[in-house]
Amino acid sequence: MNTPLIEFKDITKSFDNRTVLERVNLKIYEGEVTTIIGLSGAGKSVLLKHIIGLIKPDKGTILFRGKSVSKMKRKEINAALAQMSYMFQGNALFDSLTVYENIALPLLETTNLKKAEIDRRVMARIEQTELTDAVKKFPSELSGGMQKRAALARALITDPRIVLFDEPTTGQDPVRKNAILGMIAQYQRKLGFTAILVSHEIPDVYFISNRVLALYQRAIVFQGTPEELEEFDHPFKDEVIHSLEALQKELTGLYSKRQFKVLNHAQLRRRAYGDTYCIAVFTLEDINSIITYLGHDAVQETIRRMGLYVDKHFGAIGGFSTRRNTNEIITVLPYSDITEAEIILKDFAKDFQGLEINDICAGVRRRVAMAGPIELTILAGIAQGEPFAEIDSVIDSAISHRKEIWTAMMCRRGVNI
Amino acid sequence: MAPEANSRNLSQGEAKKRVGILLSRPFSSIGRAVIRWVNILGSATIFLFLALLKVFRSKQFSKIVQQLYYIGARSTTIIMLVSVFTGMVLGLQSYHALVKFGAQGAVGTLVALSLIRELGPVLTAIMITARAGSAITAEIGIQRISEQIDALSTMRIDPLRHIISPRITAAIISFPILTTVFDLIGMIGGYISGVMLLGLNSGVYFHSIQANVELKDISDGLIKTIVFAVIVSTVCCYQGYFAHMRSDSHGAQAVGLATTSAVVISCVLILVSDYIVTSLLI
Repeated sequence: MNTPLIEFKDITKSFDNRTVLERVNLKIYEGEVTTIIGLSGAGKSVLLKHIIGLIKPDKGTILFRGKSVSKMKRKEINAALAQMSYMFQGNALFDSLTVYENIALPLLETTNLKKAEIDRRVMARIEQTELTDAVKKFPSELSGGMQKRAALARALITDPRIVLFDEPTTGQDPVRKNAILGMIAQYQRKLGFTAILVSHEIPDVYFISNRVLALYQRAIVFQGTPEELEEFDHPFKDEVIHSLEALQKELTGLYSKRQFKVLNHAQLRRRAYGDTYCIAVFTLEDINSIITYLGHDAVQETIRRMGLYVDKHFGAIGGFSTRRNTNEIITVLPYSDITEAEIILKDFAKDFQGLEINDICAGVRRRVAMAGPIELTILAGIAQGEPFAEIDSVIDSAISHRKEIWTAMMCRRGVNI
Repeated sequence: MAPEANSRNLSQGEAKKRVGILLSRPFSSIGRAVIRWVNILGSATIFLFLALLKVFRSKQFSKIVQQLYYIGARSTTIIMLVSVFTGMVLGLQSYHALVKFGAQGAVGTLVALSLIRELGPVLTAIMITARAGSAITAEIGIQRISEQIDALSTMRIDPLRHIISPRITAAIISFPILTTVFDLIGMIGGYISGVMLLGLNSGVYFHSIQANVELKDISDGLIKTIVFAVIVSTVCCYQGYFAHMRSDSHGAQAVGLATTSAVVISCVLILVSDYIVTSLLI
């Protein structure tokens, strides 16, 4: 593997005889989204502040692109820090400045850009973070969610190469939480920066993370992909991950990936050779365009309502579902063959169009009034599997058989199906 | 016998040790306090020096002007109010004291010299400490505990340049101007009580000022104001900037205590330094 962008070697940090980090070793790679998970007070923010130089370690070495920070010259450290941006847990917005002034501050103070260029960049970020109505407001006049988005806009205004997010979704409602995570993922893909997150939003952060670091009892006990974490056997999982996963239903009414996997295995164990089951995949199409036109909140609201309805419809006949990707839900129909499943899906599509259309579109209507027409499409595909077949191959087969089951043109006057 | 003698010797030794500790306790606590104050003095001096180094960096002018407005312009009303009554009471007291010797013609001199040499610089500094100094400490303290200062560092904006330097510069500019205003308005206050209320001749009042106030009196007064400006602004900024490192409190309470400390320390240092500067200049 490449040289890590940031590497900790045996980092130890204590405050007033209380050790917060003890011989911490970790690696963060360039261009990836790395999430640090752990319980409150475990030292995640302290770890993050070591990266940006706000806290110095008592022992150990921090390497930046393979070079020890303690051996770097002042100029080199400044050049490294110039590539970084930090979004604070408590936002750290300047309360005597307006939202516009807060976001513009880094550009005003650290660049020689002209006022018109600064104005253009700031207004672009304000629009992306849906803060247009709050431009002239002070942080104390904003809700917690809006403050968070203002802090996010400020962190991204200088187009940094490395962005550190300290619990970016704290204090947000379930829809906004995923909207912010989606926003981070979208910007990360678009701008290509390295994102380092501290988050409690398990398993939602898995959807956007390339790597996960688990901080437990003062040390990093796991570093690897979210998939590898599923296989990881450690007390950390019982104490942290499982308890946090219990909150997942709050968002979509769906099972977490781990719960889904356990249920699936349990179902398969009960089946005999030759028995079949079906998998349905539901996808909200062209999510990036929808985000551009309608915003992250609207998309997350649409997915949330889609999840609730899928769970309601298929749960009644023994199906169970999980969210596979940002815009994808998979459902197992454990007692159905392909013919039966197709009939159930047709019923679902019919009900979905007839009953839930107003609900589905409620979240996006307000934005459409400003944005203009945009098409929302949901695709669905079904595939049949056998107990001993790999579930991933069945899902791939379902994806390849997807077809349009619902579409809506959102326009100024409302919704056209 | 031997073990008893040993234990007696041991207990005597322990008793001596305890007495020694008891006797040395006041000295050790004084020593600790002195070391602490020397440390604070050293770090405050470095703090001031670094802040002054950043005065002439780019993009500082507008911030200094803004602080001139907060520290200087917005203190003018209270300074004028205090100075007019200070001048009036000086006129009143000096008239009744001097009239016994038939020297009431010297009221103008007494009022002017008292104001220019002592009361103007000292009272102006104390009034600015109470009005602007406390606000500076509280504002910087809140910025510190809400991580706004850390946020500046992460944005590569030097907090000393952005927050501290403009305030110290604005104080150094504002103090002499406000002291001059205090002196002038104070003399008008003396005129109101001495001439308008007690019937002293106005020509005599102004002539005695003109004849006896020298340029050195004015320059000495202004030197004092600059010393006070440096002390007040440094103490207030320093207390706010390091509010999070107080050992006696945390959070909002730390900001409150830092503000109290800033005002108390500033006032004490104004009076102490007033004596030292006066003894050096006189």
